[in-house]
Amino acid sequence: MSAAALVQSVDWLAVAPPGITALMALVVLVADLFVEERRKPLLGAVSVTGLVLALLSLLPLRSGDRATFCVGGGHHLCSYTADHFALVIQLLVLGGALLTALLSMAGGADGGAGGGPAGEADRFPGEYWFLLLSSASGAALLPAARDLATLVVALEVASLPAFALVGIRRGDRLSAEAALKFFLSSVAATAIMLLGVSFVYAATGSLHLSAVATGLTHVPGQLQAVAAAGVLLTLVGFAFKTAAAPFHFWVPDTYVGAPLPIAAYLSVVSKAVGFSGLILVTVVAFPPYAHLWGPALAVLAALTMSVGNAAALRQSATRARGAVRLLAWSSVAQAGYLLVPIAAAAYAGEKRVGSTVAYALMYAAVNLGAFGVAALVARARPFNRLDDYRGLYARRPLTALALAFFLLCLAGLPPGIIGLFAKVTVFSSAVDAGLGWLAVLMAANVVCALYYYLRWTALLFRAPGASAPGGSEPGASEPGASAPDAPAVATPEAAPRPLVAAVALAAVVGLALSGAPQLVLRFTDTNLF
Amino acid sequence: MQSLLVLILLAPLAGAAAALLPAPPGLRGRSPEHAVLRHGVLVSGVVLAAAIALALGFDRDHASTMQATTDTSWIAAMHIRIHLGIDGISLPLLLLTALLSFLCALHSYFKPPEGPPAKGFVALLLLLESGTLASFAVLDLILFFLAFETVLIPMYFLIARWGGGEGVPGGRQAAAWKFVLYTVLGSVIMLLGLLLIGLRSGTFDMVALATDNGRGLSASVQVIAVLAIGVGLAVKTPMWPLHSWLPDAHTAAPTVGSVLLAGVLLKMGTYGFVRIVLPIAPHGMRTFAPYLAAFGVAGIIYGSLACLALVRRGAGGDLKRLIAYSSVGHMGFVLLGIATMTPTGVNGALFANVAHGLITGLLFFLVGAVKDRYGTADLDTLAGATGAALYGRAPRLGGLLAFAAVASLGLPGLAGFWGEMLTMFGAFHPAHALSRPAFLVFMSAAATGTLLTAAYLLTVVRRVCMGALHDETGLGAAPGAGAPDAPAGAGAPGSPAGAGAPGSPAGAGAPSAGAGAPPAPLPSLPPLPSLPDVRGYEFAAWSPLVALTVLAGLWPAALLGLSDPAVHRLLAGGAS
Repeated sequence: MSAAALVQSVDWLAVAPPGITALMALVVLVADLFVEERRKPLLGAVSVTGLVLALLSLLPLRSGDRATFCVGGGHHLCSYTADHFALVIQLLVLGGALLTALLSMAGGADGGAGGGPAGEADRFPGEYWFLLLSSASGAALLPAARDLATLVVALEVASLPAFALVGIRRGDRLSAEAALKFFLSSVAATAIMLLGVSFVYAATGSLHLSAVATGLTHVPGQLQAVAAAGVLLTLVGFAFKTAAAPFHFWVPDTYVGAPLPIAAYLSVVSKAVGFSGLILVTVVAFPPYAHLWGPALAVLAALTMSVGNAAALRQSATRARGAVRLLAWSSVAQAGYLLVPIAAAAYAGEKRVGSTVAYALMYAAVNLGAFGVAALVARARPFNRLDDYRGLYARRPLTALALAFFLLCLAGLPPGIIGLFAKVTVFSSAVDAGLGWLAVLMAANVVCALYYYLRWTALLFRAPGASAPGGSEPGASEPGASAPDAPAVATPEAAPRPLVAAVALAAVVGLALSGAPQLVLRFTDTNLF
Repeated sequence: MQSLLVLILLAPLAGAAAALLPAPPGLRGRSPEHAVLRHGVLVSGVVLAAAIALALGFDRDHASTMQATTDTSWIAAMHIRIHLGIDGISLPLLLLTALLSFLCALHSYFKPPEGPPAKGFVALLLLLESGTLASFAVLDLILFFLAFETVLIPMYFLIARWGGGEGVPGGRQAAAWKFVLYTVLGSVIMLLGLLLIGLRSGTFDMVALATDNGRGLSASVQVIAVLAIGVGLAVKTPMWPLHSWLPDAHTAAPTVGSVLLAGVLLKMGTYGFVRIVLPIAPHGMRTFAPYLAAFGVAGIIYGSLACLALVRRGAGGDLKRLIAYSSVGHMGFVLLGIATMTPTGVNGALFANVAHGLITGLLFFLVGAVKDRYGTADLDTLAGATGAALYGRAPRLGGLLAFAAVASLGLPGLAGFWGEMLTMFGAFHPAHALSRPAFLVFMSAAATGTLLTAAYLLTVVRRVCMGALHDETGLGAAPGAGAPDAPAGAGAPGSPAGAGAPGSPAGAGAPSAGAGAPPAPLPSLPPLPSLPDVRGYEFAAWSPLVALTVLAGLWPAALLGLSDPAVHRLLAGGAS
């Protein structure tokens, strides 16, 4: 046996997107040790550059025909495939991480209840950037993974740094609690998923997704139950990451406790990890058991959107950090819409998952934008109540218009045209699959969701004066609230440039997609795998 | 032609965006408010001019074919095309929309809306115009849905921010919520039906689907699709019993909002029935036609009974709410006409559609003017003991109000007549597959409805336009005193209201003397202060509506000639 046969040849270009991200993570980690304190902002710039490079490395892969880490020669059993699905999700994940990095460059580690405008003290520590990039590299690896082991590893690479990121506000009780809650529930979900994976391995004798798919078609009679249990348990881990009900309970507290950029990251990138994993296992690995996971996912979707919307409806305007809490619940509801096409794929073929991808791209841009505006507002009004958004149009017209656009996109009403079309594709997948009950339930949910999105939008354009008397009441219970509040009304401080850039980028993407929805909707009509 | 239609759709959109920007130097006007309101007039004026040019260029000999068509691919993945075009059915509605939007912009230029800065008002108004115009010009199911949804947000904000909360349970916010949530629920369900049709037949193109005439769709698909689409359109129309958002929204909306809501937005629902449901899923329509007719007729009766209840003395009825309920009745006629599935009935429905837009638009303008002058639209406060005496205090306004009310009740010779007549005529001979006895019952119920309509509208005229010209806060104010007084006021139209009053000896009289001898012109009571009569800009905003109401009443062929060939074609599945 020659040396060449022993050493696997690796297509480095194909693995560049997660590879570059991981490499940059290490660079930042080492650099953090040597950079002086006042030069620390450089780390953020390096991270942003790394993410941009990783995004650029997607360009040469456009044709979507590369694969590596193959066994048995040829392309038929590869662990890493850079097909169109992988590339689109990598674009989403890396783009989401880029926006998160931009949001983080403005600082805010001590923001929130501590109060005070962001200064030197509340810049994120150096390891923040390392953790963010590591998590992003795991998230970028996952959509390209084509065997169950790589999937689990990628999921963990994406998740473990996220626990630390949630708890990065040292000394903040809320942050630590959020991290612990997130960690415990996530680990439990992973354990269940590993059990499922081992069942599937036992029943089929393979970990490669396509081999699993063929193996599942002729499972011996006595192993049928094991295979079925394995299929369902495997879904749990990913359902947890997507924040699908009933695995959603960690979401609100974790989002509220985490630093704002991390909440944004969790709501977009972490969710993308979850549903891309779900798509891979269901559509690629488990099609023979579509009769099992199809209804399961449909019920999950119905439950998720109803629970998310019902909770979001109940958010009061004066609760501290109500804006983030509302976005957290709305992201649960949106996860429900994301699951609908995956469930439809069980009935109407794998092409349907393209609707999920299109919806996710829209959701990523718009939701990150909304979080960006929330971060902007939080600088002047650290409590980030919904009431703090009253009269935003008078103070910052462009920011208010951007937020209004984002919220209407999430609600799916014009002028948020792309949101409307994304909803239309999801509806059409449900109708096409004959899931009429799910479509009707989703229609009712869309109306519920409109109520809280539009209520928030309307608040932006209210007269600002009315908020002054109401604002001090809840602030009185927590000391130090009114002091930073008062001057901010008079003269809004200049917003940090990266933050503005992030919001502007999200808005431009949203507007461009509204003008040319074909850019994302074409994924609904092509074969992604 | 083609670019003209595109201009009509895009100009208001661009105008809405431009309204948010600061005015360029040279166009600043007296103040930012003034500049932006003028901008609104300018943009909607351009759109109206373009619409008129389009109408002049319209080939009336081929009214059934789509003209000024554009057909380009937009979202290839979903087979959504930007397919625009107008035929004899959509052209009148397009013109009506452009006209009413322009008149509304003109009206608000002279009488700026009360509330937040006018910048947002103008932007929303233009966005609203763009959405409505688009819904009448697009020929793709998904684009129709898009246009249908576009109007919601502007209307929500118009009601919630510039509206008035009097007489509405929960205030204007509640009314705005009711409007937007009801309509969104309806339109999302409609989307499900549209998607079902599009996915089962493989195209979203209305023209292709209409030519197919439902041949590509199985019976069960048609029934489900018509049910879903019908619910969405019925909420918008509104059909009894899904109408309950309408009275609140109308009452709370600012004058301009009410005019557009009644004049244009409601038409989108009935237009959808004619353009989508009738030709694309005829089997499903036949299944539901009797129910649609029954609900329509129930709406006619319900609307007029509600109005009769509101118009009673002491009922606390609001004039705007009353007209809103009367809209439920009028739209009931339109639904009845559509449900007959005959050319006569559908033509009548389309005619009634346009007529309702003209007349109710005018009525809402007039009621808005009355509300401005009296400070309230509450009928009891307005009328006092004897009546609001509009004939005497502002004779031209009173005359116009009476004219609009009479037109609304369907007096022959005015626009309201032909629509009602034709729909009932259609119901007399419904399409073959439909049960004739049932429709005869519907027809007679609708005929009863016209009587009730006449009853409440004439009562409105009596209570608002007639009445004593003197302040009768005194105890002895006999109702009969109004009768001899009203002709006195109306007898001298043109003269300043109450001109005769100064000559009467004032003061010193006891209240008891008032009810005494008829020849004495009630010397004891001080004359009511005269009200400003129709102002120049009001006259400019209203006279086109008055003229068109008369024109459509005297020369219905102008409209029917346009819609008739197109209706025949739609019902025959593109065969003729």
